[in-house]
Amino acid sequence: MSDKRLTLKKRLHIIKHHFRGKKMAPAFNAFHTFLFTPDETTHNGSHVRAADDLKRTMNTVIMALVPVLVFSMFNAGYQHYSAINGFPQNFSLMDDFLTWDNFWIGIIKVLPLLVVSYGVGLLVEFIFAVIKGHEVEEGYLVTGMLVPLIVPIDTPLWMLAVAVVFGVVIGKEVFGGTGMNILNPALTIRAFLFFAYPTWMSGDKVWVYQAVERAGGPDAISGETILGYLAQNKGAEMSYSVSDMFFGFIPGSVGETPTFLILLGGLFLIFSKIASWRIMLSAVIGSLVMGLIFNGVVDQGWIGETSKFYGLMSFPFWQHLIVGGLAFGIVYMATDPVTGAQTNRGKWFYGFFIGFLSVMIRVFNPAYPEGVFLAILLMNVFAPTIDHYVVRGNIKRRMKRLKNATILPKDSEGKANELQAETV
Amino acid sequence: MALLTKKDASLITDPLADNNPITIQVLGICSALAITAELKASVVMAISVLFVLSVGNVVISLMRNIIPSKIRIIVQLIVVATLVIIVDQVLKAFAYELSKTLSVFVGLIITNCIIMGRFEAFALGNGPWRSFLDGIGNALGYGVILVIVGFFRELLGSGTLFGYPVLGNPIEKTGLYSIGYENNGFMIIPPAALIVVGIIIWVQRSRNPALVEDH
Repeated sequence: MSDKRLTLKKRLHIIKHHFRGKKMAPAFNAFHTFLFTPDETTHNGSHVRAADDLKRTMNTVIMALVPVLVFSMFNAGYQHYSAINGFPQNFSLMDDFLTWDNFWIGIIKVLPLLVVSYGVGLLVEFIFAVIKGHEVEEGYLVTGMLVPLIVPIDTPLWMLAVAVVFGVVIGKEVFGGTGMNILNPALTIRAFLFFAYPTWMSGDKVWVYQAVERAGGPDAISGETILGYLAQNKGAEMSYSVSDMFFGFIPGSVGETPTFLILLGGLFLIFSKIASWRIMLSAVIGSLVMGLIFNGVVDQGWIGETSKFYGLMSFPFWQHLIVGGLAFGIVYMATDPVTGAQTNRGKWFYGFFIGFLSVMIRVFNPAYPEGVFLAILLMNVFAPTIDHYVVRGNIKRRMKRLKNATILPKDSEGKANELQAETV
Repeated sequence: MALLTKKDASLITDPLADNNPITIQVLGICSALAITAELKASVVMAISVLFVLSVGNVVISLMRNIIPSKIRIIVQLIVVATLVIIVDQVLKAFAYELSKTLSVFVGLIITNCIIMGRFEAFALGNGPWRSFLDGIGNALGYGVILVIVGFFRELLGSGTLFGYPVLGNPIEKTGLYSIGYENNGFMIIPPAALIVVGIIIWVQRSRNPALVEDH
């Protein structure tokens, strides 16, 4: 066979042999396996064939994120022009939203965030893979997509780059790479940005393109988020309807607004069995419970209209789910299989407290108008503890059953205790 | 004739690197987190600990044969408390502003694990000269880490070193700030010190794998 007739796949297989044992082998293998299934199989022992390897899993999540990304690119322009010209009176999806002008803002603002996130993150992954001599891990594929969607649109690119380096190195690589991390890397990146550069991550200017540059001038525009309005007890000044909130025509972090598309993505992830429905459902329940408690407190008259918490506490409980990053966090962040709880029973606790704490932080801490990322990071830390007690509870229950069984030989109790000592 | 014998010199050089009190023995972490947001405070803290540890080591070493072992912790505490109060009073008299920055942490030198650790582990069993060298060595090892952490935290967090702006003026947007650079607020808060110390530990152990603990 002449060289020209080789397929790309075969050529890559040939190149691979040149790289074998070299320092750059992991880097090449990463590209190779990204395109094709490797030609290597295990030589002995049993084979398990599964189509859903880690790359497939990651790609499924990315597919669930693509609609959100496309929407966010249009929304970037829509919010920008609406802030300048006022919101359109008779909103039409084709004429006011899905326009080239809107999309162009998305291209010049959202795309660079995406490129920097992937470029810097994968570079760090490559460097670590080459130094450690292991294969490049797929973990960053999803993180790189999530990062641009959870930051404000005007985030300077160099800040994002610094945060990505921090998040990947300190959040993931020091623990041993993908699968070993305690904290969700994307949220670690956001938390770093939030604490390092708070002026770029909060306030009423950063959420709409150019609002920062125009601030103080004659053509200043506002980019206040709904939670921002509510935190200042200015809910009455908002012009957003509930359907605006649900479909995402509101200012906010790049990709957190379209609850409808996030919901579709979440259903896609549930039906493809990538993400845990237990975590999503329990997180929704948790946030509704906390919202109901706050609504109840207001109904009882314990919190007056003059209180600084009134705006957020009187916000209808279910609407907490369609503003801010709660829906995005629940669907794409809380369900991270690495950092979340592993046991089914544990997932219920884990999810419930994410929703519960998110709304609580949102309402009670004016310094953090959004509490989702803090709540998820906190529960990430507690996930192993939750699992530990779930597993222990299970062992205890089985031990009891074992002891109650009558057909056991005499020394079974001693053995049972031995077993318990080993497993705990 | 060399000033120090090889064995004595190692008392000073070992704690600087391969037996560092902070990065290897993991002692004295609390103060390393608390006061390293500014380089100046780090240096003063390092000098204070140098004084307390070297003098304290000598005092304990001189008394080592007459201290009943049952009450030795109390005796050690009295020695270190006396020395810390001297440091505290000197700071209040000659560097009042700085003593306010360091606030309670000067007093907390008493509870710094490095000091009690060296009293117990070294001064109680060695002569005054060697104890003195050991105190100097460990305090320097502690101080080196403090200064490194303080350097990075002040430079990245405030853009200054010893209070002097080295990266330009963040309000008038001069120097590095004119091209969009901003101070990293994360470096001001104590968790950043934990991460900087962690990175130092990481770098040190990957340069010298013998230091990595077995699990």
